[in-house]
Amino acid sequence: MLKLSHVSKTFNPGTVNAKQALCDLSLTVDDGDFITIIGANGAGKSTLFNAIAGSFITDSGQIILDDTDITLMPEHERARRIGRLFQDPMRGTAAGMTIEENLTLAAGKGGWLSHIDRRQREEFREILSRLDMGLEDRMKQPMGLLSGGQRQAVTLLMATINPPSLLLLDEHTAALDPAAADKVLKITREVVEKENLTCLMITHNMQSALELGNRTLMMDGGDIILDVSGEDRDAMTMQDLLDRFKNISGKALDNDRMLLMHEKEGGKQ
Amino acid sequence: MNLADMGPLLQTALELGLFSALTVLALYLSYSMLNVCDLSTDGCFTMGACVGAVVAISGHPFLSIIAAMAVGVLSGFIVAILQTKMGVESLLAGIIVNTGWYSLNIAIMGNASLLNMNKTETVFTKLKDILAGTFISDAYRLIIALIAVTLVVIFLSLFLRTRLGLAIRATGNNPDMVKSSSINPAFTTIVGLCISNSFTALGGCLLAQSQKSVNIDIGSGMVTIALASLLIGEAVMSKGGITLRAVGAVVGAFIFRLVYTIALRFHMPAYMLKLVSSIIVIVAISGPYFRKRLPLIKRSLNLKKQGIDGEGSADA
Repeated sequence: MLKLSHVSKTFNPGTVNAKQALCDLSLTVDDGDFITIIGANGAGKSTLFNAIAGSFITDSGQIILDDTDITLMPEHERARRIGRLFQDPMRGTAAGMTIEENLTLAAGKGGWLSHIDRRQREEFREILSRLDMGLEDRMKQPMGLLSGGQRQAVTLLMATINPPSLLLLDEHTAALDPAAADKVLKITREVVEKENLTCLMITHNMQSALELGNRTLMMDGGDIILDVSGEDRDAMTMQDLLDRFKNISGKALDNDRMLLMHEKEGGKQ
Repeated sequence: MNLADMGPLLQTALELGLFSALTVLALYLSYSMLNVCDLSTDGCFTMGACVGAVVAISGHPFLSIIAAMAVGVLSGFIVAILQTKMGVESLLAGIIVNTGWYSLNIAIMGNASLLNMNKTETVFTKLKDILAGTFISDAYRLIIALIAVTLVVIFLSLFLRTRLGLAIRATGNNPDMVKSSSINPAFTTIVGLCISNSFTALGGCLLAQSQKSVNIDIGSGMVTIALASLLIGEAVMSKGGITLRAVGAVVGAFIFRLVYTIALRFHMPAYMLKLVSSIIVIVAISGPYFRKRLPLIKRSLNLKKQGIDGEGSADA
């Protein structure tokens, strides 16, 4: 279970550029929740992830993950329990190292001076074959030779190779071409279901925001302004979502990509 | 130059190349793997030479090598702590340590800037005694340098495949990914710099003992010379595994010394060594940069030819 209570963060405090990116935000995520998060540009979605993952230490408030207070824990220690994917597929892997070397580091098994052994290689082969991308036969190739979609898929494997308490997906399919994005999303679904992972996913695609998972959050001005789940969410359409946003925040949703997506999907119907 | 001259010439280049190869391998670890430009190399090299000399003079030829490497580890540790835990910029950390070590090195040599080891027993004199009278009696320096370099190459090719070695390589490649693998990049940087500087100090120690003297300037410019050798080596063996690239670094060191030794034969003054190494580093680093910009430069020249001012587009 993840519990954020009254978390705040201001960037550049005391200057003209001061920006309160998180405003007294509280959130409780139950085990097994798959939550999708939407919001305008600059609403604080990624900042929320940065706060949870420990990219910065929050100014105030408390973050608890599975009964451990991680508020002040450094990023690399939190990474033991938190897996994370970014929009940029290059960010999650070391391009100059081979696929199996990347996986070895993510698996983190064995002593510091241990080499990759046959058993481990077999294990990697097995999980890579699940991607259905033929990567199990390319384990000795450098990561840099893979396409964005392939790299993101491997990153997903790396983040979940030791099932984390929490998986953070920050628009992890946004930089991929549509086919690759679908594929990665499908793999994401499978992995999350298989390991019954607790997962937060930022998306600009309102369709998948409502389709995927069991709960949807909408953020604005560094706080959560809408939190729907259950029947309420099942009955919701994209237009409902837009209207609700307008009603609560008093302005139209100004995420360009999100609106484009909406118009495109709307045109199709 | 006739063929009879070539033998000793090659041997000198090989010896000097192998001694500097230790520092080149140190940079292979810190510069190529960890992506840290460790400017403390000069000071660390000299410190290895000084400590090695002082311990050898006090009558411990084998201990002198271990002591030199230990002091290298310490030097690397301090540089690494400065840049990972104390907020000092990586390049600045190296420069600061370098400056500080200058005073320390003179102190280590007992308020002297020069130490003589003419009558000192070292691993070199020991091996020379053993080989005396055999047909390879001249090769004692070469043999010791070769052993040291081989051991370091073997160590690196094994170590860089361990989980710790992988973590060090990943730190230079993508520190974010290291963090998300629950490894602290500060830790891998510290370990990497400790190891690399132990090789640098070993290089200093062996060079000083082989030429039977150490002076305070023995390491000056070492980082540029080693970097030049490393970049030559990478040009020779750009594609290849960890081991092959380490061997490439050694080959680079040899090529650098060979070219230099031949240039000396053609009456290039000895003091040009450092200028040559600087130019090699500049060419090796700027070359790829300009190659990348070449299409842009061509386009802007074409525009100029057509009488349109291409200045703006070249800067964009």
